[in-house]
Amino acid sequence: MTDKPTTTDQSAPVTELLDEPIEKARHPFMEAWDMFRRNQAALVALIILVLIIIAAIIGPSLYGRDPFEMVWAPFTPPGQNPDFILGTDYLGRDLLAMIISGARVSIIIGLAAAFVSVFIGVTIGALAGYYRGWVEEALMRFTEFFQVLPTLLFSMVIVALFGASLPMITFAIGIVSWTAVARITRAEFLRIRELEYVTASRASGARDFKLIFGVILPNALPPIIVQSALMVGSAILFEAGLSFLGLTDPNVVSWGQIIGSNRTYFLDASFTVTLPGVAIFVTILCISLVGDGLNDALNPKLRSR
Amino acid sequence: MSEQPLLSVENLTVRFAMNRRGLFSPATHLYAVDDVSFHVNRGETLAIVGESGSGKTTAALAAARLVTAYEGRVVLDGQDVLPLEGEELRQMRQKVQFIFQDPYSSLNPRQRAEEIVRDPLQSLTDTPAAEQQEITERLFAQVGLRPEQRRLFPHQFSGGQRQRIGIARALATQPELVICDEPVSALDVAVQAQILNLLSALQEEFGLTYLFISHDLGVVQHMCDSVAVMYMGKIVEHADRKSLFNNPLHPYTAALLSAVPSVDKTLREKSKRILIPGDPPDPTQKQVGCRFASRCPVAQDQCRLSEPPLTEIAPNHRVACHLVDEKAISPL
Amino acid sequence: MTEPLLKVQNLRVELTTRNGTAPVIDDVSFELHAGENLSFVGESGCGKSMTALAIMGLLPEGIGRITAGSIMFDGQELTELSQERLRRIRGNDISMIFQEPMTSLNPVYTIGEQIVEVLLAHQSISRADAWAEAATLLDAVRIPKARERLKDYPFQLSGGQRQRVMIAIALACKPKVLIADEPTTALDVTVQAQIFDLLRDLRQETGTSIILITHDMGAVAEMAERMIVMYAGRIAEIGAVDDIIGTPRHPYTKGLISCVPHVLAHVTDEKQPLTEVPGIVPSLREFGKDQCLFASRCQHRTQQCLTARPQSVNFDGAQSADCWHAGTL
Repeated sequence: MTDKPTTTDQSAPVTELLDEPIEKARHPFMEAWDMFRRNQAALVALIILVLIIIAAIIGPSLYGRDPFEMVWAPFTPPGQNPDFILGTDYLGRDLLAMIISGARVSIIIGLAAAFVSVFIGVTIGALAGYYRGWVEEALMRFTEFFQVLPTLLFSMVIVALFGASLPMITFAIGIVSWTAVARITRAEFLRIRELEYVTASRASGARDFKLIFGVILPNALPPIIVQSALMVGSAILFEAGLSFLGLTDPNVVSWGQIIGSNRTYFLDASFTVTLPGVAIFVTILCISLVGDGLNDALNPKLRSR
Repeated sequence: MSEQPLLSVENLTVRFAMNRRGLFSPATHLYAVDDVSFHVNRGETLAIVGESGSGKTTAALAAARLVTAYEGRVVLDGQDVLPLEGEELRQMRQKVQFIFQDPYSSLNPRQRAEEIVRDPLQSLTDTPAAEQQEITERLFAQVGLRPEQRRLFPHQFSGGQRQRIGIARALATQPELVICDEPVSALDVAVQAQILNLLSALQEEFGLTYLFISHDLGVVQHMCDSVAVMYMGKIVEHADRKSLFNNPLHPYTAALLSAVPSVDKTLREKSKRILIPGDPPDPTQKQVGCRFASRCPVAQDQCRLSEPPLTEIAPNHRVACHLVDEKAISPL
Repeated sequence: MTEPLLKVQNLRVELTTRNGTAPVIDDVSFELHAGENLSFVGESGCGKSMTALAIMGLLPEGIGRITAGSIMFDGQELTELSQERLRRIRGNDISMIFQEPMTSLNPVYTIGEQIVEVLLAHQSISRADAWAEAATLLDAVRIPKARERLKDYPFQLSGGQRQRVMIAIALACKPKVLIADEPTTALDVTVQAQIFDLLRDLRQETGTSIILITHDMGAVAEMAERMIVMYAGRIAEIGAVDDIIGTPRHPYTKGLISCVPHVLAHVTDEKQPLTEVPGIVPSLREFGKDQCLFASRCQHRTQQCLTARPQSVNFDGAQSADCWHAGTL
C-alpha cells in the first residue's frame, strides 16, 4: 500500500510509506483446513460421513422402528412393500431399521477402538522415540510382538474368553491395531527431536514431560491424525468381520452381524447381504477419502514455506 | 572491573559413540571437540571459525549444556557449569542463552511469536505474568518487530523476521552470555546486514557477551573482538582480531583467508590463492600428529609424528603449529 | 559482432499460485556469447534460478509457464521446441548443476552409472567406451583414483567430491553452456575455492560458457566477466563485472555490494555498522506492478518511482540500470 501525497510532482521525494496491513494470525491447522477444503472428493466424503453420523445418532429415534421386531414376511425384497423400503431379512425384520441401528454400533466401535489404538500407540511410540536407548529397544520389541500376532485370531480369543460385549470388542480391536500408530509416532519423534526448536525449548528450561507432550507431540500430530482417521475405517471393518463370525453382542445390531446372519441365504435373497455391505463400503470409502485429504492437507512438503 | 573472563572453557572434550562393528568389539568414538580451551571476556565477542566437521557448533552446544560433554570444565562467572543439575542448572540457563542457525526450524510452528519469546521467562524465572507480558512487548520492539505481529505464527514471518524472534527469545531472561550459532548464515545478504547491526546494537545496549560461531570470515571480521580457528575438533589458532587477520600464522588460517572470494580486485591479485587439496580426513580414525598435516602445503616429518600444542607465540596470539616459533612469522 | 550463443528477449514466466498468476520473470532480456562467463546475482526469490530453469525447459509442470518472449539458442527458438527436442539439448548442449549435490545425485546408483547414463543418452557409443570416458571425466574433475571411484555411491563421497561428479556429468557431452545454480553455497569455503578453480580451468580447456547463479558478489567478481543483478523478477542492472562493482548505478546493486562485510586486506581497530538495505524482498503478490519494485526500500524514491516501472538507462561499456535516477546518483 503506498501513500499518495497530495502533490503530483513526479520528482518529489517520498519519505513515508504506509506500512503493509498486518495479516491475521493463522494457526498451521487453519492452513491445513484450507488445503483440505480444496480437495473436492475429500470434502464431499466428509459431508457424507457427517450425514452418516447424524443418521446414526438421531436415526433410530427418527425412524422409530425397532430393528429386532419381526414386522413382515421374511425376505421381502426392497421396493415390494412401501412400508419397508429396503425389505426384510431372514427373520422378517425391517432391513432399513437394522442398517440405521447398525450404523450406530459400527461408528461407536470404530471411533472407540481407534481411540484405544491411538492412545496406546502414541504413548509407546512417543516414549520410544524420545528416550531412545534401552527404553526404545524394549518398547520396540514389545511392539513387534504385537505386530506379528494374527490379529483376527487374537481378538477372537479375547472375545471368546471375556465375552462379546461392546467394550470388550472395542478393547479386542484396539489392542491389536496400535502398532502402526506406535511406529509412526516413533518415527515422527525421532525426526522432530533433532529439530532446533526442541533444542531451543531445552535451552529455555523445558523439562522432559513438557518437551514430549507440549513441544514434540503437537508437531507430530499430522501423520498421527491421518493414521487415526484410517484406523477408524479399519476398526469398522474389523468389527464387521468379528460380528460376521458371530462374535458380537447379540443385543445390538451391527452391519457385519446382518451380513453374517443372512449369509446362508445369499443366493436367494442377496439384498440382505449386499445392502449392509454397501453401507460398510460407502462408510469406509468416505473415511479413506477423508484420510487421503487429510494426508495431502497436512503433508509438509505440499505446504509452502 | 574484574579481569576474570566471563566464560572460561578448559580442556573441553565432546565425543559421540559410533556404531559398533560387531557385538563384542569396543565402541569407537568420534571426538567432535578434542581438548579445547578458550575464554571470553565480559562484554566482548569471541568468534569461533571453522568449516564443517571442525566441531565449533558442538563446542558451543556443550558450553550451553545442550550436549553432554565428556571431559573438561566450562567455567561461567567462576562456577563450573558442567556438573550442575536441577535448580542450579535452571539458573545457569537463565544466564546463558542460544541463538540458532536455521530460522525455519528453530521456532515451534505451533506457538505464536509472543509465546515463543515468553517461554524462557516462564520456565526459567519467577517473573509474574503481567511483567512477562511487558518484557515480551518491549523485546519485540527492540528487535524491530511490530506489536501487531505478536500473535502471528512462525510461518507467517520471513526468514529475517524469524531470526529476530529468535533473538528476542534469547534476550528474554537478560542473559550475560549469548551464544550465536551461525545466526545469519541462512539469510539473504541484505537481511544479514540488518541482523548483524541489530546484534551489535543489542550488545552495546545490554552489555552482552557473545560467543559467535560462523564459517563466514567476512562476518567474523566485522563482529568479533577475538577469533579462534578450529579444525577437526581442535583450536589451531586463537588471537585478537587485528593479529589474526593481519598476521595469520597457522597455514590453515592463511588458506581459509585466501579462499574467500573477494570483491576487491586488488586484494585478489595481491594475495596468492593457497589451495589446500582434498578433504578433511576421516574423523573416526585416531590421528597421529598434526591433524592438518595431510593437507598442509608446508608439512614436515615432525608434523606427521607429533601433535603440536596450542602455545602462546605472541601476546594474545596462540597457535598450534610446529613451524611457528617466537618470531611469529607464518611458515607459508 | 558475432551472433550471441544465447539470446533471451523479453522473457516472461508466470507462476500459478493460490492467489492467481504472478510474473516470476518479468520482461528479462540478455545475451551470452560463446566462451563468455555471465553471472546472475540476487537474493532469494528474485527469479535467477527460474531464468535458468526456463532456459532448460525445466519449469515446474503445471505451475510455471513461459507466457511471452523468446529464448534463442544456437539459432533455435527454445520456447517453440517440443519436449523431445528440448530433452536432446538438455545435458548435451546446455547442462546444469545444482546447489545440493546430495539430492541432485541419485543415491541408489553408483556415480559411474550416472555419468554413463548421460553419455549413452546423447551419444551413440558403446557401454565400454562410455565407462572409459567416465573415468576420464572423473580424472578431469580431479577426483583421485578415478577408475575405482566409479563404483562408489554418492554417500561415500564428500560434498565437494559430489559436486565435482555433478560437474563431470554436466560436462560429459561437452555442452556449449553450463548453468551453475549456487554450486558452492552448501560447501565449505576451501572446497568452494577448489571448485571455482576447477571451473575456471575447465572453461579454459573446453571453451564452455558458464552462467553462474549466486548471491555472493565475491564469487561473481572471481568467476564472471559480465553480470546481471536481478530483483523481483526484473533486471536491475546489467553490465561488465568490473564496471558494476566499481561504479554501481542502481541503488539495489549499491546496497547489495556495500551491505556485505567483506574481508578487508588490513584490519584496523574501528568497527562501523554495516550499510543496511531496510525492509525485505517483495512477495510474489507484488510482482509485475507498474512501479519500481525496489522503491519501498530505497532512500532515493520519488513519486515517479511509485507510479511507473523504470526504464533502462544506458552507460558506457554496455552497462545499464533500470532506475529513474540511475544517471544522477
